[in-house]
Amino acid sequence: MNVKIIVCVKQVLDPETPSSAFKIDREVKRALPPPGKDPVVNGFDENAVEAALRIKESVGGVVTVVSMGRAFAMDVIKKPLAMGADELVLLQDDAFETVDPFVTANVLAAAIRKIGSFDLILCGRQASDWDNAQVPLGLAELLGLPCLTVAKKVEIADGSVRAERVTPDGHEIVEAALPAIVTVSNELGEPRTPTIKGLMGVTKVKPTVWKLSDLAVDLAKFARVEVTDLFIPVRERRCEIIKGENDSDSGRMLALKLREAKLI
Amino acid sequence: MSEETGVLIVGEIENGGISPTSKELFHAGGQLASGLGQPLVAALLDRDESDCAPEAIAHGASKVFRVVHPLLDGSNVEAYVAALEQVCRHVKPSVLLIARSQLGRELGPRLAFRLGVGCAQDAVGLGLDPSSRQLLVTRPVYGGGAMAVVRIAGKPQIATVRPKVFASAARDEGLQGEVVKIPVEIDASIVKARLIQKVSSESVGLKLEDARVVIGGGRGLDGPEGFRELENVAHLLGGAFGASRPACDAGWVEHSYQIGLTGKTVTPDLYIAVAISGASQHMAGCSGAKVIVAINSDSEANIFKEARYGVVGDWRKVVPAFTAAVRELLS
Repeated sequence: MNVKIIVCVKQVLDPETPSSAFKIDREVKRALPPPGKDPVVNGFDENAVEAALRIKESVGGVVTVVSMGRAFAMDVIKKPLAMGADELVLLQDDAFETVDPFVTANVLAAAIRKIGSFDLILCGRQASDWDNAQVPLGLAELLGLPCLTVAKKVEIADGSVRAERVTPDGHEIVEAALPAIVTVSNELGEPRTPTIKGLMGVTKVKPTVWKLSDLAVDLAKFARVEVTDLFIPVRERRCEIIKGENDSDSGRMLALKLREAKLI
Repeated sequence: MSEETGVLIVGEIENGGISPTSKELFHAGGQLASGLGQPLVAALLDRDESDCAPEAIAHGASKVFRVVHPLLDGSNVEAYVAALEQVCRHVKPSVLLIARSQLGRELGPRLAFRLGVGCAQDAVGLGLDPSSRQLLVTRPVYGGGAMAVVRIAGKPQIATVRPKVFASAARDEGLQGEVVKIPVEIDASIVKARLIQKVSSESVGLKLEDARVVIGGGRGLDGPEGFRELENVAHLLGGAFGASRPACDAGWVEHSYQIGLTGKTVTPDLYIAVAISGASQHMAGCSGAKVIVAINSDSEANIFKEARYGVVGDWRKVVPAFTAAVRELLS
């Protein structure tokens, strides 16, 4: 079997950025990249790449990574290739900087139609910047495909995809005929680290780049969500530090304090 | 067909009644409805006839649309999309609110794309644009590190609402309302994602979401052993224990104990965070706690910015002494 897998990935600000370094520009309603900190591939998208590579290893296949944005850090966005993906398609245009899932899904759908043949589309369950969790479901609607969400295991057999889907109290086994979309969650397990060989191998790889004009979509038609404000919430809480003679004493005093406050 | 408008709430049915998270929509939706000068109406989708319409009316819906179809069994999202698409055509609501449940977080976006309208996920605030009267949704972004206010376009404007943010509407048996049946046609072949099997992990004792006291453990516990200690404290306090995502990803506890943006949302009276740094992704799941207590060796940890009481110290020393003192106080 030779499964054709498309993985949608997004380059995001490093979510591990400490809150002290996280700044936003309220005027342009955008988060500012912290100085000296590189962007990363969205964590859940790395899980999706990992899921694709596991399928490729078990049944054989070709993994094409698609990413949309205004600008890319090449060594960051090539990471899925270094992990073992085969092709990289960048949808790169000034107009592609958007937080509107309706716009993003329509651009990705146009690119996926242009790619043409595929069996499986894998996406992260959501992006760690805008946390919309809408684009994969939008793709399902636009492309007329089934969508299995929040998977911790993805397998292909007999023309179908079977996923273990994380639920609040366990998991569900769900199945759909191919072609289909599956969103992947961190419960899948750690994505592999690229090998030195993998990293060396991709330095010279030139991704396919498509601009807005290559996709023939009218973005103005797709605007549905407009950001009117973006701010960092102010926390007013003042923490009372309980300090005893030593750590054990602090623990004991904490219990007394909580009792005094009628919390226990 | 009448040109009806209104704020439409989707009531999920759970055990024959309206789910607790759906009930929270009545309060939020009621305020929007009065702001728009439109009625608050509810759609109840269910696999069989049940008597939950009076409950929706008692919570403030002036009209209840009943949709009954065997495929509407709580799992087939594609059937729900098809049913709600038909309801929307009939009702023509200006705003549609859905609980951000397992079903709702898929239903909202799919319905929005189906209808070609906008949707905002995970609303923690709902309002109206003073000039355009369009829906304004406040929602956490960057894992809760920032808040965005977004204006949604289309009719209806759709939002999924984060559980436990809005209070449940008061129940008033004196309220009157009308029940309208909407027949829907759903071809079974549209359900392409098939549920094969549900696997529930055996939950022991109190549900994390319902506990009044929650003890959370994080990456700083350095292994699964620390969670035994936390479990003891939780038991002693009649509460439950949970964990941050890194502790779950490390395999120290099952993912069903995860508290945070992609895990569970807890709103206890007391949340004790042990060896948790307090990243916004974690706080997204516990910031609704009335009082947060932090135990962490790093005095600069973000959790101390969120906590009411804190101990800067090694949890290996602090927690056993805390447990012993609690045991003594409660005996």
